[in-house]
Amino acid sequence: MEHEHIVSSFDEDLGRLDSIIAEMGGLAERQLADAVDALSRRDVALAKKVIESDKQIDLLEEEIDNFTIRVLALRQPMAEDLRAVVVALKMASNLERIGDYAKNVAKRTLTLSAMEPVGNATQTIQRMARQVQSMIKNVLDAYGAHDLAKADDVRMRDEEVDLMHTSLFRELLTYMLEDPRNITACTHLLFVAKNVERIGDHVTSIAENVHFLVSGDKPADERPKNDLSSQTIVE
Amino acid sequence: MELAIHTDVSANARVNAQGLNSKPHKVTAEGVNVFYGNKQALNQVNLDIPSNMVTALIGPSGCGKSTFLRCLNRMNDVVDGCRVEGEICLDGENIYARGVDVVHLRARVGMVFQKPNPFPKSIYDNVAYGPRIHGLAKSRTDMDEIVMTSLEKAGLLDEVRDRLDAPGTGLSGGQQQRLCIARAIAVEPEVILMDEPCSALDPIATAKIEELIDELKENYTIIMVTHSMQQAARVSQKTAFFHLGELVEQGDTTDIFTKPVDERTKAYVTGRIG
Repeated sequence: MEHEHIVSSFDEDLGRLDSIIAEMGGLAERQLADAVDALSRRDVALAKKVIESDKQIDLLEEEIDNFTIRVLALRQPMAEDLRAVVVALKMASNLERIGDYAKNVAKRTLTLSAMEPVGNATQTIQRMARQVQSMIKNVLDAYGAHDLAKADDVRMRDEEVDLMHTSLFRELLTYMLEDPRNITACTHLLFVAKNVERIGDHVTSIAENVHFLVSGDKPADERPKNDLSSQTIVE
Repeated sequence: MELAIHTDVSANARVNAQGLNSKPHKVTAEGVNVFYGNKQALNQVNLDIPSNMVTALIGPSGCGKSTFLRCLNRMNDVVDGCRVEGEICLDGENIYARGVDVVHLRARVGMVFQKPNPFPKSIYDNVAYGPRIHGLAKSRTDMDEIVMTSLEKAGLLDEVRDRLDAPGTGLSGGQQQRLCIARAIAVEPEVILMDEPCSALDPIATAKIEELIDELKENYTIIMVTHSMQQAARVSQKTAFFHLGELVEQGDTTDIFTKPVDERTKAYVTGRIG
């Protein structure tokens, strides 16, 4: 909105919320990139760094929690301001979960790095992660620019992630059927794939919140979903 | 008493047509202009007020919301140089039509003011005053019944039951305001106008009045001017936003406060410089 608040410190509050979210988002995006990078390069040091860095995201979420409660109590925001505060609170929770999933990928990387590599699964996971990373980047841009079209576009792209997840699921099942010695590594990789897929879901949720922030309404249409892994069997 | 309320045919037709689709509006205002001397205070206001709901009128000082409220029971008649144009109907009848009994109108459309203004009389007589001049009670028992019921409805009875002969002016501010509400409902109005009814009260007294307004809407149509946006959001179902004598936006209260459409409404409800 072009006008400033009569109470100028309220503008500072809202600006601070935006900048904490931007910082959290940047961190979450990098954590995912580093975690998957560590997985594909079997880089134990990088994986440990990812595990360590998750604390930063947790601290920022706590800061958003405390700060939004303060803003709600002291400013009693209305209309667009109210949406901004509520959306920041929900986004912080999504971003914190994204951080947790990246951390879990890093933990499994420590285990997987001590085992024989299995097939090409890590490459597929990397492709999937790149897609999710670009969704994170775009949804943060949409948030910063209040760009409705961009947020809606991110929301629609989760379908591609679901498709990749389904195909990974089949691939890993096949490796396990081929040789039972693959089962341990493949099970960890299944969880890694699931983590990346869940991150995609959180990004979609953020996109829906950005839609609400900008328009005042929840997205009306159903988004396409294509995660068929729960029905997949390999014979 | 003569009840010569002239019916405006076109207004009646309009309300009836509406009735086919939904509940008719209790009060309808169309093309309302108000002038104080040469100065125009309201400009072409069209606003329909639904029955048994609380409608909040909001807007910055001088926007015309109180002026509009005062049109609804012709309180502006007593202001020198004030001229009202357009049509305001109560149940489809034009209240500015010739021959309308203003005293009777004000019994149907009661009013509660910003500052509690009890009469310098006993609590009992404050409430009994209206029914007495309108001849609503046939006996002392009737009058007792009206007074007690009105005090009960206004949520004041328990606090004053044993001192009905004490002066109304001796009550606390919040109690005085509830006494004024009891006084207003004693004459069995259909509409209650409230002009910033809580602005002179502390938060506890305010909460009691808000609770009361919520109960009263079961039986009355309430139109309230308030400067507290949180209060409008809490107690009203419909909200109308006025700015510089114009009705800028009206609609469901939740929409006005969560996703207003007009830029001026947005600026006002979010506390920005408009």
